[in-house]
Amino acid sequence: MNIELMNLIRKDYDIKNTKIQMFVNLQLIRSVELLISEKYANQVFRCPVHLSIGQEAIAVGVSLNLELEDKVVSTHRSHAHYIAKGGDLFSMLSELIGSPLGCCKGRGGSMHIFDKSVGFMASVPIVGSSLPIATGLALAEKLLNSKNIVVAYVGDAALETGAFYESLNLAALKKLPILIVLEDNGYSTYSNKEVRWPVAKNVRATIEGMGLIYDNGSGDDVEEIYIQVGQVMSNVRDNKPSLLHLNTFRRYEHCGPNLDDGMGYRKSDEIETYSARDPLEILRNKIVISGVISEKLFEKLAKRINDYTEEIFTKMLNQNQDFLAQFEMEK
Amino acid sequence: MQQTYINLLNLAFEESLKHDSKVMLFGLGVGDVGAVFGSTANLQSKFGSERIFEIPLSENAVSGMALGLAMQGFRPVMMHQRADFSFTSAEQIINQIAKTSYMSGDAYKVPLVIRMIVGRGWGQGPTHAQSPHAIFSHVPGLQVVAPATPLDGYYLMKQSIASDNPVIFIEHRWLHQTMETFNQNERVPNFTDAKIMKSGTDLTLISLSYGVIECIKIAAVLSEFNLTTEVVNLRSIQPWDKRTVLESVGKTQKAVLLDTGHLEFGLTGEVSSTIYSELFGVLSNPILRFGLPMEPTPSSAALAIDHYPTIEKMLGEIKSHFGFKYDLRKAITVFHEKFPYKSKHKDQPDVGVVGPF
Repeated sequence: MNIELMNLIRKDYDIKNTKIQMFVNLQLIRSVELLISEKYANQVFRCPVHLSIGQEAIAVGVSLNLELEDKVVSTHRSHAHYIAKGGDLFSMLSELIGSPLGCCKGRGGSMHIFDKSVGFMASVPIVGSSLPIATGLALAEKLLNSKNIVVAYVGDAALETGAFYESLNLAALKKLPILIVLEDNGYSTYSNKEVRWPVAKNVRATIEGMGLIYDNGSGDDVEEIYIQVGQVMSNVRDNKPSLLHLNTFRRYEHCGPNLDDGMGYRKSDEIETYSARDPLEILRNKIVISGVISEKLFEKLAKRINDYTEEIFTKMLNQNQDFLAQFEMEK
Repeated sequence: MQQTYINLLNLAFEESLKHDSKVMLFGLGVGDVGAVFGSTANLQSKFGSERIFEIPLSENAVSGMALGLAMQGFRPVMMHQRADFSFTSAEQIINQIAKTSYMSGDAYKVPLVIRMIVGRGWGQGPTHAQSPHAIFSHVPGLQVVAPATPLDGYYLMKQSIASDNPVIFIEHRWLHQTMETFNQNERVPNFTDAKIMKSGTDLTLISLSYGVIECIKIAAVLSEFNLTTEVVNLRSIQPWDKRTVLESVGKTQKAVLLDTGHLEFGLTGEVSSTIYSELFGVLSNPILRFGLPMEPTPSSAALAIDHYPTIEKMLGEIKSHFGFKYDLRKAITVFHEKFPYKSKHKDQPDVGVVGPF
C-alpha cells in the first residue's frame, strides 16, 4: 500500500475500510499504467514496459494480505505488484527513465524492479526463473524463523519451463512458506494456449500431484481475490506451499504502451468480454451500490489519485531535468 | 604434516562452518557416504542437516535457491561433482546470480560459492571433463578461482566463502590426492593474487589448476639443462593477477601458457592479448599456447592421449618454439626419472604428486 497517498486522503476517507484500500490501490495502479502509456510516445520512459492493465486486482488482493516484511518476487510485468506492495512511485518512475534516482539506480528498468525496503525482492523477466530464487528466499525465512512468507507471481507460460517444476519440487520437499500466484492471462506474447498446452493438461492435478495445495478462481474481482488469498495464506504461513491459479486478462499489448486489438491474435468476441471484466469497474459498482461512499465522493477520490500520480510524475521530471537533457539531440 | 587436497578442503569447510553460522553446504553427494570425494565427510553430523544437505537433482532451481539464500544473508556453497552439470543452471548463474547485485542497484550482496569439479581420464568423455573457467569468466559479476595445490584449495575456499560476491570455484579432480605441508602460521595469500611457484629467468610458464602441477614438472626437467623457469600459478582467473604475470614475462621475455580448457576464445587468448599489448617489443619470441583442441574430450583412453597436451609433447614444442638446445630425448628421460608415474595407467591421476610446490 502506498503510505504517502493513504496519508493524503486520510482526513476525507475511511482508509481503514478494506474496500477503500482496494480502490485506492487499483486506481493508483491504473492511473500509473495509463500515464506510462500516454507519455511513452514522447520517449521519456526509455525501456520496454509490460503494462498490468486488466490484471491489477490480483496484485491488490494479494498484497492487502501481506505484511511489509513479507517478500514478493515478480516478473517482467512488475508494476502492479510493486505498487501494491507499497513500492515508491517516484523511485519506480525514475527507474523507468533510467535515472540514478530509480529504485535500481537505472540499472534494471521496468523488467528488473528491485526494492528491498518494501520486501519487493526481485523482478525476473526470464519466465519461470523467479521461482528458484523465491524458494531460496522462503527457505531463508524458514531458517530465520521469521514467520514471513514469500509470494512469487508467475504467468501461465511459466508452466512450460523446467524451473517451475524444479521449484515446486523444492518448495514441497522443504515445506516452504511460499505462495505461487499464477496470473493466467492465456497468452505468451501472441501465442494462446492451443499452441502451448496439450488439451489434456490439468493444472490442479499437476500441482497437487507435486505436493502443493492448489486453489483457483477469477482474477477480476478484487474483493473475492482478497478473501480467497486470505484463506490460502493461513496454509502458507503454516509452511504449506500453495499455488493460487487466477484467470485474468491483459488489456494492452504484451510489451509496449498500446492496445493491440487490431492485431487479430485475440478474437473480437474475447476482447468484448474485457470491459465487463474490468477490475476497476467491478469494484466501483460494488462500492457505489453498497454505499460505502457516495458516487460524488468516489469520483473525487478517483481524481485525487490521478492527480497524485501526475504530481509524482511532474516531481520526477523536475528532479531529473539534467539527467533527461543528456538524451536530447543538440538543436 | 603432509595433507591431501581433500583433507584441507574439508578443513576449510569445517572452519568456515564454525566461524559463521550462515554458511551452508549443499549439492549432490554432500551428505551421502561418498561425501563428494571425501571433502564433506563428517560435516553433516557436526553441523546438522539444516546447513549441510543433499539436493534433489534440480541444479537450476537449487542454484536459484542458493541466490535467494544469499540475498537474505546466508553464505551457501553449492557443489557439482562434475562442472558439466552446472550448465543446467546456466540461466540462474549467468542471468541471476551474476547480475542481482548490479541490477538491484547494489541493494544486495550475493555471497555464494559454486564449487565445480573438473574430471579427466578414465573415460570421463565429452560431458564429464569440461573446465568452464573461461565461460564463467566471460560473465561480469562472477569471480572465478581455480586452485592448483592443497593450500590453494584451503585458502581459496575459505576466502570464497567469506567473499560477498558470487565465486565459481573450479577444482580439478586430479588434485584431490595431491599432498602439501599445511602450517597454520603461514602467511595467508591475497584472494586474487597469483603465486610464483618457482622463480626463474629464462622462461615463464603460466597456468591454472592441474596445469600448474604439469608446469612445475616441466620446470624441474628444464632445470637439469641449465634453464631456469618461472612458474606462475594464476589461482584467481577472474579477476586475474596481471601484475605478477607481466612482471614475470617482462623479466624472462618468453611466455608459455597452459590451459586446462579449450584453446580458442579462452584463457590463453585472453592472457596472451594482455601480454602482447603490455610487453610489445619486450618479448623475444611469440607466446606459446597449450590447451585442449576444439573438439569434445573423448572418452576412449586411446583418443584422450592425443587430446591432452602431454609433458613429453610440451617439452618438444617448447624446445623447437624457443630454439632451446636441450636434447629432447634426454629431457623426456629426465622427466620419467624425476616423476615416475605411480598410477598404473596414464589416464588416471598420478597419486605420487606431493608438495612442497
